[in-house]
Amino acid sequence: MNPFEYQRAEDVATAVATVSGNENAAFLGGGTNLVDHLKLGVATPNLLVDVSGLPLDRVESLPDGGLRIGAAVRNSDAAADPRIRRDYPMLAEALLSGASAQVRNLATMGGNLLQRTRCVYFQDVTTPCNKRVPGSGCSALRGYHRYHAILGASEHCVAVHPSDLAVALVALDAVVQVSGPDGDRAVPVTDLYRLPGDAPERDTVLERGELITAIDLPVLPMAARSGYRKVRDRASYAFALVSVAAAVDLFDNGTIRDVRIAFGGVAHKPWRAYRAEDALRGRPTTAEAFDDAANAELRDARPLRDNVFKLRMARGALVAALQHLTGADR
Amino acid sequence: MDAEITLHVDGTARHVTVDARTTLLDALRERLGVMAPKKGCDHGQCGSCTVLLNDRRVITCLVLAVAHDGARIVTAEGLAQDDHLHPVQQAFIDHDGFQCGYCTPGQICSAVGMLKEAEAGWPSAVSDLAAAEVRLSPAEIRERMSGNLCRCGAYAGIVAAIQQAAR
Ligand SMILES: Cc1cc2nc3c(=O)[nH]c(=O)nc-3n(C[C@H](O)[C@H](O)[C@H](O)COP(=O)(O)OP(=O)(O)OC[C@H]3O[C@@H](n4cnc5c(N)ncnc54)[C@H](O)[C@@H]3O)c2cc1C
Ligand code: SF4
Ligand code: FES
Ligand code: FES
Repeated sequence: MNPFEYQRAEDVATAVATVSGNENAAFLGGGTNLVDHLKLGVATPNLLVDVSGLPLDRVESLPDGGLRIGAAVRNSDAAADPRIRRDYPMLAEALLSGASAQVRNLATMGGNLLQRTRCVYFQDVTTPCNKRVPGSGCSALRGYHRYHAILGASEHCVAVHPSDLAVALVALDAVVQVSGPDGDRAVPVTDLYRLPGDAPERDTVLERGELITAIDLPVLPMAARSGYRKVRDRASYAFALVSVAAAVDLFDNGTIRDVRIAFGGVAHKPWRAYRAEDALRGRPTTAEAFDDAANAELRDARPLRDNVFKLRMARGALVAALQHLTGADR
Repeated sequence: MDAEITLHVDGTARHVTVDARTTLLDALRERLGVMAPKKGCDHGQCGSCTVLLNDRRVITCLVLAVAHDGARIVTAEGLAQDDHLHPVQQAFIDHDGFQCGYCTPGQICSAVGMLKEAEAGWPSAVSDLAAAEVRLSPAEIRERMSGNLCRCGAYAGIVAAIQQAAR
């Protein structure tokens, strides 16, 4: 491991100034992803600014009735929060489906959002990887890529974003509050993550030194009927092959008034399924309608040699999630 | 960079100078000789390094020791009261909750932390989120303990032990 200095952040402004002024500095949250990368040589900062102790550790109600989750709130505390469980169950379920209890007790909300891909080549410094070393090539294209993208990828990178939390947040139209060297800004989570294009080294639109301070959840009554479904190689403590976050609002006659859908495990970013949503509004809650929605979203999917199965898996996960939420599976 | 930190380990204040790169697991094992937490994977994937950090179960292989100056740590060695084993320790013996024993200190710390979480009403991925109280069914115990792997496959005994300790 490269040597580095460790600093406890005194306040947001100082932390931002320190990291934006030193291109080899990094924020440290719970460390569950960054410390792994220090060990692997994937990250080689010379200064860590620990933001996990900043007073960003509360879940507060917003004046409009929404909820603000501080960036330093631990994943386990957010998942146990009664307001989140009641008003945004898909969010609690997404958090609880991630990692293990011992990791969730450390992991912060900000760190979860900015964790990096689990692509094995990204984590192995002996192999080419455009995300780690721009221009070196993508080992996954013809290598081990079961876990990789079927939507929105490029020839430069086919990695997926690993966060379950982020999938629920894009479905909920959540917004991250960010403090940077040029002041504060609000970034919708649907705009936070990038597709790889020809610059896969950039996961998000955040600039160096920008600190996530909070996640804001808008008022969304339909989210009370929502859930998160995750498909993986084992029942627990594994990353998603495919996941679905969904919320449904029904008319009295049982047809769909409104719906929110996002996929995880399919793209370089958590994938908001606008086409599937459009296909469902006004439709009855039938298997046929759900299938049409999956078709609409997956029409442009380009699976790789060894992840064609994700097409059926994504379709199956979406249909099952919608059947569960609408009671059609009972 | 070196830093002088204090860790309160199993009831004793321990002062130690660590390089910033030292994980909490290495500080405990290599610097303080506290061998209860085990190094299985060193990447957060097995749970054998689990301790209670300020009353919460955490892995120690992906945390930096410098970040936890002043922390209260309880390892499996610190759970017994005088000559009395902790009920979770006794339950692991009663139900053959181990074979080689390598994962056991982590399993036991994890179980102790898990019982507290369940008592506080924390849900798991298999819970009904609307329920205020947690009933520790075998399915709940398996999900809540999924962060602790056992290469000997002593899972059946581990679940039975935790069911006993939960009563
Ligand atoms: C074995 C294992 C299994 C896992 N399984 C899952 C899973 O199934 N699903 C899932 O979603 N996750 C999973 N994870 C990942 C885990 O959720 C993340 O490691 C964790 O959420 C990261 O949070 P942290 O606070 O520890 O971040 P850190 O490791 O401290 O930081 C991660 C990154 O975020 C940056 N950062 C931290 N805080 C901020 C901030 N406030 N503003 C700006 N930048 C910041 C850091 O500089 C760093 O680049 C798993 C992890 C492990 C080890
Ligand atoms: S998929 Fe992306 S992260 Fe993986 S090897 Fe290719 S460039 Fe690197
Ligand atoms: S050694 Fe820490 S989780 Fe495996
Ligand atoms: S008892 Fe041998 S690893 Fe669990």
